[in-house]
Amino acid sequence: MAIDPYKALDFFDLDDQFSEEELMVRDAVRTWTSERFMPLIGDAFEAGTFPMELVPELGELGVFGCTFPEKYGCADMNGTTYGIICQELERGDSGLRSFVSVQGSLVMYPIFTFGTEEHRMEWLPKLASGKAVGCFGLTEPDAGSDPGSMTTRAVKDGDDWILNGRKMWITNGTIADVAIVWAQTDDGIRGFVVPTNTPGFSAPEQKHKFSLRASVTSELVMEDVRLPGSALMPGSGGLKSPLMCLTQARYGIAWGSIGAAMACFDEGLQYAQDRVVFGSPLAAKQLAQKKLADMATEISLAQLMNLRLGRMKDSGTLRPHQVCMAKRNGCEVGLKTARVVRDMLGANGISLEFQTGRHMCNLESVITYEGTHDVHTLAIGMALTGISAFR
Amino acid sequence: MNIVACIKRVPATETQPKIASDGKGMDHSRVEYMLSFYDEIALEEAIRTKEAAGGEVTALTLGPAEATKEIRDCLARGADKGTLLTDPEWHARDTRTTARALAAQVTALGAEIVFCGRQATDRDNAAVGPMMATYLGWACVTDVIELSIDGTKGHAKRESERGIESYTFDLPAVITCQKGLNEPRYAGLKGIMAAKKKPIEEIAPELVQNMTEVLGVELPPARPAGRIIGQGTDAIPALLEALRTEAKVL
Repeated sequence: MAIDPYKALDFFDLDDQFSEEELMVRDAVRTWTSERFMPLIGDAFEAGTFPMELVPELGELGVFGCTFPEKYGCADMNGTTYGIICQELERGDSGLRSFVSVQGSLVMYPIFTFGTEEHRMEWLPKLASGKAVGCFGLTEPDAGSDPGSMTTRAVKDGDDWILNGRKMWITNGTIADVAIVWAQTDDGIRGFVVPTNTPGFSAPEQKHKFSLRASVTSELVMEDVRLPGSALMPGSGGLKSPLMCLTQARYGIAWGSIGAAMACFDEGLQYAQDRVVFGSPLAAKQLAQKKLADMATEISLAQLMNLRLGRMKDSGTLRPHQVCMAKRNGCEVGLKTARVVRDMLGANGISLEFQTGRHMCNLESVITYEGTHDVHTLAIGMALTGISAFR
Repeated sequence: MNIVACIKRVPATETQPKIASDGKGMDHSRVEYMLSFYDEIALEEAIRTKEAAGGEVTALTLGPAEATKEIRDCLARGADKGTLLTDPEWHARDTRTTARALAAQVTALGAEIVFCGRQATDRDNAAVGPMMATYLGWACVTDVIELSIDGTKGHAKRESERGIESYTFDLPAVITCQKGLNEPRYAGLKGIMAAKKKPIEEIAPELVQNMTEVLGVELPPARPAGRIIGQGTDAIPALLEALRTEAKVL
């Protein structure tokens, strides 16, 4: 196998904080990303497609829902490992990490947590292997940061449910085999497992994006979708249920966005060392060194925060507002790093031959979805003051 | 089938080598290690042989206690067990000493076929595999790019400077594996979890004395800086002249 030319920033020797098993997973996913994904991503981004041929390989690697039990075809790994996987995948592209996040945190997690054993046995092995793709329908055209105002509604009809409504900005909607759809009912917000071949369900793709181009984004349209009573996930109840899913996904984004930052930093550092300007390498200039020092500091701080986040997740002490801070911080650090490196790369920074511009565009989505920067600001503010400033 | 894959822990390819203070080897401090590239191919072929013919794969190495990391990597990819011949001075052993120790362990394991990389990516000797076969009195095919096993008979193709050579041989045998024989698999997460439960036996081997002695190691001289002769078509005559008189390649 070709040796990975990517050099991950590890200024504080964090490798000795990870177990042998965590490092093995890190190395396996890092190598896979370098060898299998990186050769394809530039063209996929330009074409606006996700390289679907890699989905079985991701299933074989075991990255889909890696924290769930072996009986469902999963690897039963810890939460820190899931974080490391997200970091390594988003080093490749935010679209790749998004695919894995949605499958694991937003589809397999609710099925595992709120679904019946029948739901689990039907879907989790297929989703773990990549034989099935899932999507998560919460956001609506007029309900993004305020998902409680959703208008999608599920109404009882005998034993069946009738689902009507529209969802927007749904990753993998068009290619999904199953959708987790959140809808208002007489009992508040509930979650449904919806096979996408159910009559009345359609998922047109949303095109013309300049961000997350190597990721399928869709609208979900539900017109009198008739579902059996068993489609309801009995453990779901209220807005808390989808928010629990988002906490899982945001945890992965906290790690993933720093993976993107590490990719940009590595590219910027290598470029600065190689590029000669005014008779000496760019890296020899004080302005470049200041940028590199600032970026390395911010990335190192975020890595430390993520490590702590992972260990708390594994000890069961992690609280949602801590995930909000790490997600908010990771995206900000990622985006700022990408913008600074893009600047350092000069004209090369706008070329898809380099990766930083692609990461920079992607991170505009990542800082927006799963809770915008401002929404997380208010979540942290509420945790600090005890006062909600949302309304 | 009782299958052994001999593997080696080698410095990661991006390592910038530094000479040790005694001038006789490499400074091993702060060096990252990995499974040797060709040994990944050997392990993959061992696993594929097991998948086709049944049996068990043992990953065998001579190395320091830390080499359990590389063995664990083999177990995660599908080997069933590991044997580490623990030797703190592993990097100072010559090929003969290494081959003797490995051959003794191959006998103790009762192996029917042994896969090695064509060479380790640190020393590039390409000698341990054939030497082991000699000590064992087994058939040996090196640089194999195609292999099939049919009962106790094997068929192999190897790359040589004369072209592609085809062989048949009887088991037991030592096969050294060349790039192109297979595409090594990745260690998946389930494999990594399963590897935790697989046994690694650590044995203090009996080692014979080296018959060679390293007198000194030096890094190759730094490459001289390049020279830009000129730009565009105007530079062609000067380039041709330099290729004739300086590089002497024309």
